[in-house]
Amino acid sequence: MTSQVSSPAEQADEAVVGEQRKPAGTKDVRRLDRVIIRFAGDSGDGMQLTGDRFTSETASFGNDLSTLPNFPAEIRAPAGTLPGVSSFQLHFADHDILTPGDAPNVLVAMNPAALKANIGDLPRGAEIIVNTDEFTKRAMQKVGYEASPLEDGSLDGYSVHPVPLTTLTVEALKEFDLTRKEAERSKNMFALGLLSWMYHRPTEGTEKFLTSKFAKKPAIAAANIAAFRAGWNFGETTEDFAVSYEIAPATTAFPVGTYRNISGNLALSYGLIAASRQADLPLFLGSYPITPASDILHELSKHKNFGVRTFQAEDEIAGIGAALGAAFGGSLGVTTTSGPGVALKSETIGLAVSLELPLLVIDIQRGGPSTGLPTKTEQADLLQAMFGRNGEAPVPIVAPCTPADCFDAALEAARIALTYRTPVMLLSDGYLANGSEPWRIPELDELPDLTVQFAQGPNHTLQDGSEVFWPYKRDPHTLARPWAIPGTPGLEHRIGGIEKEDGTGNISYSPANHDFMVRTRQAKIDGIQVPDLEVDDPHEAKTLVLGWGSTYGPITAAVRRLRKAGESIAQAHLRHLNPFPRNLGVVLGRYEKVVIPEMNLGQLATLVRAKYLVDAHSYNQVNGMPFKAEQLAKALKEAIDA
Amino acid sequence: MPETSAEGTGTIEALSLVPKAEARQSMKDFKSDQEVRWCPGCGDYAILAAVQGFMPELGLAKENIVFVSGIGCSSRFPYYMNTYGMHSIHGRAPAIATGLASSRRDLSVWVVTGDGDALSIGGNHLIHALRRNVNLKILLFNNRIYGLTKGQYSPTSEVGKITKSTPMGSLDAPFNPVSLAIGAEASFVARTVDSDRKHLTQVLREAAAHKGTALIEIYQNCNIFNDGAFEVLKDKQQAEEAVIRLEHGQPIRFGTDGARGVVRDAQTGDLKVVTVTPENESQILVHDARSASPTTAFALSRLADPDTLHHTPIGVFRSAERPVYDTQMSEQLDTAIEQNGKGDLAALLAGGDTWTVVG
Repeated sequence: MTSQVSSPAEQADEAVVGEQRKPAGTKDVRRLDRVIIRFAGDSGDGMQLTGDRFTSETASFGNDLSTLPNFPAEIRAPAGTLPGVSSFQLHFADHDILTPGDAPNVLVAMNPAALKANIGDLPRGAEIIVNTDEFTKRAMQKVGYEASPLEDGSLDGYSVHPVPLTTLTVEALKEFDLTRKEAERSKNMFALGLLSWMYHRPTEGTEKFLTSKFAKKPAIAAANIAAFRAGWNFGETTEDFAVSYEIAPATTAFPVGTYRNISGNLALSYGLIAASRQADLPLFLGSYPITPASDILHELSKHKNFGVRTFQAEDEIAGIGAALGAAFGGSLGVTTTSGPGVALKSETIGLAVSLELPLLVIDIQRGGPSTGLPTKTEQADLLQAMFGRNGEAPVPIVAPCTPADCFDAALEAARIALTYRTPVMLLSDGYLANGSEPWRIPELDELPDLTVQFAQGPNHTLQDGSEVFWPYKRDPHTLARPWAIPGTPGLEHRIGGIEKEDGTGNISYSPANHDFMVRTRQAKIDGIQVPDLEVDDPHEAKTLVLGWGSTYGPITAAVRRLRKAGESIAQAHLRHLNPFPRNLGVVLGRYEKVVIPEMNLGQLATLVRAKYLVDAHSYNQVNGMPFKAEQLAKALKEAIDA
Repeated sequence: MPETSAEGTGTIEALSLVPKAEARQSMKDFKSDQEVRWCPGCGDYAILAAVQGFMPELGLAKENIVFVSGIGCSSRFPYYMNTYGMHSIHGRAPAIATGLASSRRDLSVWVVTGDGDALSIGGNHLIHALRRNVNLKILLFNNRIYGLTKGQYSPTSEVGKITKSTPMGSLDAPFNPVSLAIGAEASFVARTVDSDRKHLTQVLREAAAHKGTALIEIYQNCNIFNDGAFEVLKDKQQAEEAVIRLEHGQPIRFGTDGARGVVRDAQTGDLKVVTVTPENESQILVHDARSASPTTAFALSRLADPDTLHHTPIGVFRSAERPVYDTQMSEQLDTAIEQNGKGDLAALLAGGDTWTVVG
């Protein structure tokens, strides 16, 4: 019962904020090993926030988790319409999981549009919590429901919980000095409270979060906390929710350590700051806002006390231009963007190839071509990253495979850029950027040493014995040229995009020199040291599934399913797309069949076929969403059997 | 006029963070070992000589000077300066220089560009550099033609220009770079002429002393594709009537014996050229380059006839104090450290919400 609470005003008393609530223990509790929940509502209903909070509660509880935010490109799409539906899917478990899950076990539908847009993804028997207040005739007609799906029997196969979420929220907040409209806005917190009760989530984090989020509007904070608690109490009290569920912490799934939940873009931002520290170089970000990369700009701009300079440029070209200028001056230069931005930056990437300066180009891929699907994921910029420049302009490519892995990928991209004095492309995508998972926080002494040595003096002796500085005299091992930054006396030199003479760096139009320089730049990239590809093949399979980037989770989940079903399949995942690991050719040669699933029309497959003459089978999906494990397992099974 | 001393730039506040040269410098210290490859007779030679001749006056450590350029004839300039330099890509020099200058306040950063580079392909970067007021000195060589691509009309060419790409005459109205810069919130805008070394040097001196972005439009003769484009400003006799020399604090008068002057039209508020008489002499406009308002500087920039170049003002149109981007960027970094302490990576990575898995 609601013994903890006597009035809304008291509910929101700051003195009790953060107290952990516990179910009273009068209802059945069932243990589950994993659950997939999807919150869905209008763009303005606060579903992303609700999902984020549930995720934080779940992370602090110690479950493994994986999330999939999915929202429209419009900030406020027309209310109550199918295109305006925003959703957040969360998969959490007492064991190690790899994806946000294929099909939700629970759907929270805040309106008819949310129900209609998501019902197709639900397996029969799934639980649906609907906000009945929003199922008005007009709202239902707007999305094409002739009769109420809550009454026409179409949901008979599901376990439906009709809850008047709006009314209950307004009722719970009636003693607050709020308009009805203001009170209604807290209905997402009511829903969050209800779900938090259902799944025994810790609640103190959310209450603290609300208190600090609305620190300047204590009345709103109090109302949201009251709504959140009312939702919890509603679950505890009402007959409709007879059962609550426990999902134990995933204690055995994780190595020892301290963990936090982290999204891809946040991990990437931290990776860049860490790289700057490990290299002992100031970080300079030149960037132009673009979905889904802008959060990196936002995040880095908060950390000026790390010596981070963020420059919001007038366009994509200026973003990379400024980063390159800063790199010339001895900063760790970074530009962040998505596919359309990479297209605009191409010429400057080419200049960086020619200048042989370190530069990080971060592409958070999204659906293309052109503006495409700004908020949806895709990995169709691989060939753009590889070849999208004039002339022979090789650029190393690094791809993270999970949200947390974006941290390590940023450090790896920085290592290559700084060691080899080259621009490096890092290919993340919308799914990694916005998705989140637990991350073991590294100790600082685990981070790689990225320190660089700037050129300090002459590096060449002329025939007459005089000592000079040659900006294009290379390190014999890495083929990297010296990085001589302005302010270093005696090393004044000029570099540019015109072909340079080997060694001196002076302008040269000599045919033989150009041929040599083109081959040397290529050899430098080809010679980059990258770790060998590891293959997971416990049963000496005949079929290899090869992936790259964000498909790691779904592919691994599919492979597990197949092996559980007795199939043999080997798996390998590429972090380095250019150059490929040295052993890739040998690995590919070991298998009768190679399958490459990608969220494009076969770009890695094209590279692999061209380079290794392997008849790789391409499996593709370009619908703006990550692969589902079940679908992928089926495709891989077909490939095994083919 | 800013003060300079034998010791260099100790008194120039804009360059106070740039290390000084240990020894006296001469023009040849700034000549690189590269053969200059502009066409014989090109106006660029004169500008190069003027810049190389002026640099010792600043007395800066030359390793702390950087020239950044885009693409075009003028953009070869950095190769000939014995400083650090970057010959970049078409139109992008202001963006690249912005990154360099805002991350290295100990550098004196110069941009060399042309009318095509700065005003066509790079127009966006130019206006944004000007509005930000980054500590850059931009030398815009304006020859009113595309030289390196062999003679197409440029964004400053007069309407109706017959070129290879416009056999029936060009259709687009030209930019006035000074008007454009003032419209883009530039804090320092000047115009000078390649052949007038003394004037060019004086403008360089004032630009160097300016805190923030300085744009200098340099009328430069392309003797191959647009020869004589500025002859009216160079021919001694014609120049008397064509050129208006702007000097801060001085009445704006020109012509033989200062017979002509600039006044404000009481009816329209616009500026106009009049013959000076005892009656109107007191109304002659006194040039105020330091004015916070850009209005009169803009009006001055409109006096010239874009076709005949009659009544072309040269000199410093505008030299106003405004917050400097890179200074403020550095101050924000300092403030962030004051407020939050120096960044602690371990604390950042840990964040607020963690849990621990024990063995």
